[in-house]
Amino acid sequence: MPELWIEGRAVRVPDGSSVLAALQNAGIRTLRQSLSGEPRGALCGMGSCLECRALVDGRVVRTCLTPVRDGQHITLFAEGVHDR
Amino acid sequence: MTVEAHTDIAVVGAGPAGLSAALNAARSGQTVTLIDAQPGRGGQIWRGAKVDTPHPAATLLHALDACPNVRWPGQTEIAWVEASGDDRTLILHGPDGLTRLHTGRVILATGAVERFLPFPGWTLPGVTGAGALQAMVKAGLDVRGARVVVAGSGPLLLAVAAGLRQAGARVLGIAEQAPLASAARFGLAAARLGGKARESAGLAWALRGVGYWPGTYPVLAEGNGTLERVTLRRAGRNTTLDCEWLAVGFGLVPETRVAALLGCALTDSGAVQVDAWGQTSVRGVYAAGEITGVGGVDKALHEGTVAGCAASGQIERLRDAAATSARHSAFQAALDRAFTLRPELRELPAPHTVICRCEDVTHAQLRTQAGWTDAKLQTRCGMGACQGRVCGPATEALYGWRFSGVRPPLTPLPISDLLTPP
Ligand code: FES
Repeated sequence: MPELWIEGRAVRVPDGSSVLAALQNAGIRTLRQSLSGEPRGALCGMGSCLECRALVDGRVVRTCLTPVRDGQHITLFAEGVHDR
Repeated sequence: MTVEAHTDIAVVGAGPAGLSAALNAARSGQTVTLIDAQPGRGGQIWRGAKVDTPHPAATLLHALDACPNVRWPGQTEIAWVEASGDDRTLILHGPDGLTRLHTGRVILATGAVERFLPFPGWTLPGVTGAGALQAMVKAGLDVRGARVVVAGSGPLLLAVAAGLRQAGARVLGIAEQAPLASAARFGLAAARLGGKARESAGLAWALRGVGYWPGTYPVLAEGNGTLERVTLRRAGRNTTLDCEWLAVGFGLVPETRVAALLGCALTDSGAVQVDAWGQTSVRGVYAAGEITGVGGVDKALHEGTVAGCAASGQIERLRDAAATSARHSAFQAALDRAFTLRPELRELPAPHTVICRCEDVTHAQLRTQAGWTDAKLQTRCGMGACQGRVCGPATEALYGWRFSGVRPPLTPLPISDLLTPP
């Protein structure tokens, strides 16, 4: 079972999960805040809405398309941080 | 780093249509490259399909794995396209950066995406697409014991509800916006969208005890930060249900972005136009599966075979194809009619309801715009991260606009990948 770091907290997740599932199973459904400050979570589950984006090892990725890997560091865009 | 690569035939999309196209094209001995954004093959419907498990996809994957002339890079998307005469270069983006793939022919099997219709509260975390929640569960989301309402339209809702239940969710009910007559005629019968008529019986069994509510649609999602309850409307009466997830999708729309970049003509209903051999309006570019009209797995497999053979010059293998194609098209047209969206759905957004999630553009800002181009200029609708993938189909349904926003790159590229020298 890979171990990853979600906002500095270590979690073990089953192999084959997406980073999104790892976040959701850790109780995190709000992944970012919108321009006007609304909470947002994953919508499409297949890479088209980009609502699930987060930083994985310093790169902006769509977490629904990103498989978990041992040692990944995941940082959210919540708290008013966004990537533009 | 930018890598140069060559292939005879590029197949875009690794769902049923793409897999069957790739396999059939490969039988000609030409080189085939299969491209898909997902880490695994199978597309949305066969997501997570593995070679070594008993699965309808396994035979196909197994046969493909035995073809030394098929390449499968995985997690790769088309960023943009360069064409000169009959030669095309697809610029692919993957985990290792950019690849310039030179190809003679292209088979598009990019499938379909869910249509989302905005209503108050639809942007709350916990509200997802219908197929989306199923995909998230297949990717590891734990829904054991969670209360889920499934809503929207089309036969996909049934398969989604069955899958969620199997994963341990408490499915409170399935709200189908179409009236009873359509739902009864096409609901279960259309389970063969997932392939094979006998699956409808299995689906009915998997859903025993789950309410199926035709003529019902969501009007409000509420919660403090995340979803806590959903209000459904049926025949003018509202019912509110407590739940953790709302899986809501109003049918599927063909994903035609790559087709648009290549210049392929679309039909009035927004699907890619093809001839009897699956060739689009652009010579050497073929299309198969949901992008030619949403009609399920059997149609996709058949069209994949046709496009795969035609693109690789094996026309002699397609003697009986026309009759089968006609049958699939008829089924698809009947489905479209049965699950037509009811006009009340257009009245759901409140003035402050966000329609464009990326730029937070509201219904009040959009409903006075003349069309897609005006909306973009005046409000930035569709110009955010998703580039109109979500609000395009939504505004089409709400305001009758024709989406026209396909611009390269199709996928957001890290600047570092663009700047590194080739
Ligand atoms: S959930 Fe839509 S892109 Fe990941």
